Amino acid sequence: MSEHADSYEGHEHHHKETFVTKYIFSQDHKMIAKQYLITGIIMGVIGVIMSMMMRMQIAWPEEPNVIFEALLGRWAPDGVMDADIYLALVTIHGTIMVFFVLTAGLSGTFSNLLIPLQIGARDMASGFLNMLSYWIFFLSSVIMVFSLFVEAGPAAAGWTIYPPLSALPLAQSGSGMGMTLWLVSMAIFIAASLLASLNYIVTIINLRTKGMSMTRLPLTIWAFFITAIIGVVSFPVLLSAALLLIMDRSFGTSFFLSDIFIQGEVLHYQGGSPVLFEHLFWFLGHPEVYIVILPAMGIVSEVIATNSRKPIFGYRAMIAAILAIAFLSTIVWGHHMFISGMNPFLGSVFTFTTLLIAIPSAIKAFNWITTLWKGNLQLNPAMLFSIGLVSTFLTGGLTGIILGDSALDINVHDTYFVIAHFHLVMGISALYGMFAGIYHWYPKMFGRMLNKNLGYIHFWVTAICAYGVFFPMHFIGMAGLPRRYYTNSNFPLFDDLQDVNVIITIFALFGGVVQLVFLWNFFYSIFYGKKTVQNPWRSTTLEWTAPIKHIHGNWEGKIPHVYRWPYDYSKPGHDEDFVPQNVPLKEGEEELQH
Amino acid sequence: MTAFLTIIVLVFITVAIWQMVKIFDLAQVNKDNSQVANDKDNRINGYLMLGFLAFIYGITIVCFVKWGDLPLMSNAASEHGVKIDNLMIISMILIFIVQTITQFLLHYFAFKYKGEKGRKALFYADNDKLEFIWTIIPTIVLAGLIIYGLFTWTEIMDINEDDDPLVIELYAQQFNWKTRYGGADNTLGKANVRLIDINRANILGLDESDPNAQDDIITTELHLPVGRTVLFKMRSQDVLHSAYMPHFRAQMNCVPGMITQFGFTPTVTTVEMRQTPEMIDKVANINRIRVEKSKKLIKKGEEPLERYEFDYLLLCNKICGKSHYNMQIKIIVETQEEYDAWIKTQKVFKNSLIN
Repeated sequence: MSEHADSYEGHEHHHKETFVTKYIFSQDHKMIAKQYLITGIIMGVIGVIMSMMMRMQIAWPEEPNVIFEALLGRWAPDGVMDADIYLALVTIHGTIMVFFVLTAGLSGTFSNLLIPLQIGARDMASGFLNMLSYWIFFLSSVIMVFSLFVEAGPAAAGWTIYPPLSALPLAQSGSGMGMTLWLVSMAIFIAASLLASLNYIVTIINLRTKGMSMTRLPLTIWAFFITAIIGVVSFPVLLSAALLLIMDRSFGTSFFLSDIFIQGEVLHYQGGSPVLFEHLFWFLGHPEVYIVILPAMGIVSEVIATNSRKPIFGYRAMIAAILAIAFLSTIVWGHHMFISGMNPFLGSVFTFTTLLIAIPSAIKAFNWITTLWKGNLQLNPAMLFSIGLVSTFLTGGLTGIILGDSALDINVHDTYFVIAHFHLVMGISALYGMFAGIYHWYPKMFGRMLNKNLGYIHFWVTAICAYGVFFPMHFIGMAGLPRRYYTNSNFPLFDDLQDVNVIITIFALFGGVVQLVFLWNFFYSIFYGKKTVQNPWRSTTLEWTAPIKHIHGNWEGKIPHVYRWPYDYSKPGHDEDFVPQNVPLKEGEEELQH
Repeated sequence: MTAFLTIIVLVFITVAIWQMVKIFDLAQVNKDNSQVANDKDNRINGYLMLGFLAFIYGITIVCFVKWGDLPLMSNAASEHGVKIDNLMIISMILIFIVQTITQFLLHYFAFKYKGEKGRKALFYADNDKLEFIWTIIPTIVLAGLIIYGLFTWTEIMDINEDDDPLVIELYAQQFNWKTRYGGADNTLGKANVRLIDINRANILGLDESDPNAQDDIITTELHLPVGRTVLFKMRSQDVLHSAYMPHFRAQMNCVPGMITQFGFTPTVTTVEMRQTPEMIDKVANINRIRVEKSKKLIKKGEEPLERYEFDYLLLCNKICGKSHYNMQIKIIVETQEEYDAWIKTQKVFKNSLIN
């Protein structure tokens, strides 16, 4: 592997670049990473605006709202939101945040940026595939956004698009053209994601520089590697589910449908089962939450070690935990289906596997906390977001032992308790991981620094709002309030929860608005940020040995060789408190094998 | 109007933040401008970490005090509901302890070890004993929870025809519920949506030739005799629905093309539940809120809200289309005598058909 990498040297330097090959159809992993990031941010803005509209609807359901009138047009006559569009907002918010922001935006950005740079490779194994995967992803984003503008409205069956609701245009207006576009967009998205994942796997296995053994890989790379494998294993199953659903919708097959009487007529479908769809969906759907959270965890491990000026505690245990989570994640999908009508015995099995996953998760949390212990913490914005991730991951993860327990799930299934749980444990946590990554590697991406004071404001307001939104939600969930209700005003039983909903909405609006600080910081600093030094965080990993200016092939001259693991921070016997991976061992110095 | 005001306030706050940021920026011009945290940043953010810990504890306490009476946690109205509540309380206590300790360690360490120039971190990469401890403790605790949970689950899901339950069909359609009682033989007749004949008023698609179907009773109300085990057989005619009965800790999806089931024994009648002190308080509070709302409505020239009286509810809890948010039916739990009197007034299937 190393020979190949070395012989590459100097090749690309004389390559002529035009605007198009440099900024648009670029095959350079660093540019592709930026493309993923900016697309992800744009999709994120759409997703967050949708969530703010949903929250306003829930808090003030009967009142006309100028924002609705402005943004939703005929879906909000006189500013009062239509019930169909509420469900569409729920659906598209979920889809965009899970797939377009936290899968493509997070994993796509940082896998592309860091894999070649941190393993010491000139670029991805296939630059062309990499470019292709971004542009296919871009196409799917365009289709998803376009679906917001079709006549009958976008898909509105929830991001889980359970048939028959999603299969029958008679059942709901969003299940017409909107749903077709949703399915096409997702099918294309999956193709993009598979191309990208295969590329990541091949690159990590084959293109590591000399000395970069698997146990000298930074935890970021381990996380991206395992994430890509989970993606390759589970995404095709969602693709098959989407294709079968397209068949049911458009070609009259009955994979998921049977015995349906709707609007006065019996439909011809016979023999299919909606529960089959649920199995296929969650076979991806559950691993998907790990596809979202593992890269965030990898980023956070790296940021915490660097800013604690300490080795990550229990490096091998962290790898083992990632592997265990990856394995278990593929055999727990049934915990989304305890009350779907599947055999209760299966419920028992899935309770067992689900609660097992708490063990590697606990190991990770404890190891992060121990890494902080007796460190010399540099509380940069990236570090704050990393600590924030550990906090929300704990808070959200702990309630998982309620939802994972089939007996308890009976009563809180599909209530706001679930919303609170998964937003904290994978939504907010993964977003924090993404922010941590952006603040940490911004200098690497753009050659400039983000303003730290804006970063501090961004973190603290976001952190308070995240808890303010999602913590009280557990309580209204336990009081029995179902999710995906357009308004609760038809249930006097829930009248006493309305003040909680108003408080939650106020936090949500603040939290959404403060992201403007981040957006300003991000786009302003691209052009006017302070110029960075080569290794601003005094980090040990290889990406900081590459020049600030982006060049094809990443390093001028030879690729650095690796002599040690990536966490030699504050190692006794060295003057500096960090020893980069490309520094050979001193005479008599022992390499830690942890 | 409130919404509009909120938006205006938010806009002002945005502008304010913007201005503050600018001032911040200007004030920073001549200082160390490296954008990497210095000792001062570490100190400020270290203290903020402590503040944030207090915030987490504070919001926990406020939530538990204000909304922690959890009206749906302490007064289960079914036999198995009590078991679920016990398991829930044990899990909650456990979570509460772990949450309090781990959040403390995380934020306290972030404060205690905030960086200072010249300090050197401890090079401490591994400790097998420690890692073993925090692998084995969660394993043991979770094993306990799993076993407890599985026993409870099996018991709940185990109800079937052998227990001689009252069999009731819950029939879901966009956007309402129908119920079907087995009649004198307590046996539901065969049914399929293909047999629905609206013209003859066979709205649930019962097989007219099935002798068991003849005395079935189709209604739009759900009455349950207290103390008698009920077994719900659930059907849906169009899309997925979920029959959620929060007071009974019961929920099961209704799936087109198959029959799902869930059984439980109601233990408290509607009348008794209305008279429990917690429920009297809750209802009084809700009515206070409704009176306030009504005042506003009257000002706008609209009808005031009706006074609320407690009833058990069955609500749809699986996204099912436009009016998902209002797909509900009252559940009336009553004494056996009241139930018998009610069921007698209902028409049996063969008499309800239009020929």
